[in-house]
Amino acid sequence: MAKIKMKKKSTSTDMTAMCDVAFLLLTFFILTATAKVPEALPVDTPASTVQTKLPDTDLAIITVGKGKVFFDIKGREIRKRTLEGIGAKYGINFSEEDKTKFALMDDFGVPVTGLKQIIDMKAADRTKANQPGIPLDSLDNQLKEWLLISRRATIDLDDKELQIAIKGDAKEEYPKIKKIMDILQDQKINSFNLVTGTRGKDF
Amino acid sequence: MAELNTGDGGGGKGGKVRSKKQNSKVDLTAMVDLAFLLITFFMLTTSLSKPQSMDLSLPDKNDDPTKDKDLKVDEKRTMTIMMGEDNKLVYYMGLLDAPIAGPKDIAYGKEGIRKELLARKKSVIEYTGNKDKGIIVIIKPGTKSKYKNLVDILDEMAITGVGTYAIVNDFQPKEKELLEKK
Repeated sequence: MAKIKMKKKSTSTDMTAMCDVAFLLLTFFILTATAKVPEALPVDTPASTVQTKLPDTDLAIITVGKGKVFFDIKGREIRKRTLEGIGAKYGINFSEEDKTKFALMDDFGVPVTGLKQIIDMKAADRTKANQPGIPLDSLDNQLKEWLLISRRATIDLDDKELQIAIKGDAKEEYPKIKKIMDILQDQKINSFNLVTGTRGKDF
Repeated sequence: MAELNTGDGGGGKGGKVRSKKQNSKVDLTAMVDLAFLLITFFMLTTSLSKPQSMDLSLPDKNDDPTKDKDLKVDEKRTMTIMMGEDNKLVYYMGLLDAPIAGPKDIAYGKEGIRKELLARKKSVIEYTGNKDKGIIVIIKPGTKSKYKNLVDILDEMAITGVGTYAIVNDFQPKEKELLEKK
């Protein structure tokens, strides 16, 4: 009788294709990931259960903490245009190099006169610079100007309304936040976002 | 014998020496494991690092007080929540001079204000008999309240599903008294 030989099935599968896909995805995620830069004004945002993500572009973030106000715009082209506008408004001449540097920066909190100094600093020094915050009293309301000019820049470039988000520290007193809201409302911005942390559903 | 003879399977006859076929496959399992681990890491960090936010819409600000129209609302539908110093929270239903409930101090969170809100929400709908005419919450953050208090209350609104609420900043003297009372 002929012996029927059972063919031994190999238990190992071919991993090559899987490996290819895995590394392709890995490369994609690594390249799209952006390194987190330390914020100039670290704040501890209050938690909420609402989870709407903030948009990536056409967004301005007003950071409020320790009594100071910082400002940040997302989107390089809008930043450049805004700086041009601010320069024209306050009669400060920003060079092309300044603009490029400003486009790559993050949040800042200095009066317009000190802006050039901050732009010239290295990224690591900016966080240590102890920036005094943007002035927003009624005599010298620079935050208002920043908002106006950046909104105009967004409409010029993207034909969209700039989204405003307020990122406040949990321990910040309400009147300070109210002041920001008032400035926004003076410009007929009645709808904005509050940046919050996450909290479990069963809170 | 022909030791060096490789690759050539069944060559000559007699005294067959089969050279062992070397397995050209490399075990990729560990590598795939590692790759997927890293993928998971990058995927989660990119989507989770985006800050969460909460939408807030305020009514139009009217600088001209003569234009202010008083909106007539049934006072039985309104609930006023006031926030004060040190996480103090006071609420009352209806008008302060003739309150339906309260004014009472209450705690933040699940067992405090949320329970009350849910109960009130239900009773108001029962009272009006109309689903569209639900509770109206007036949020009054005091000057000494913290930003966290405001976000907490707005969050409660989202949790309990109260759609009509307003942030009001002016206080009646009596309300102020209530809030400052220890």
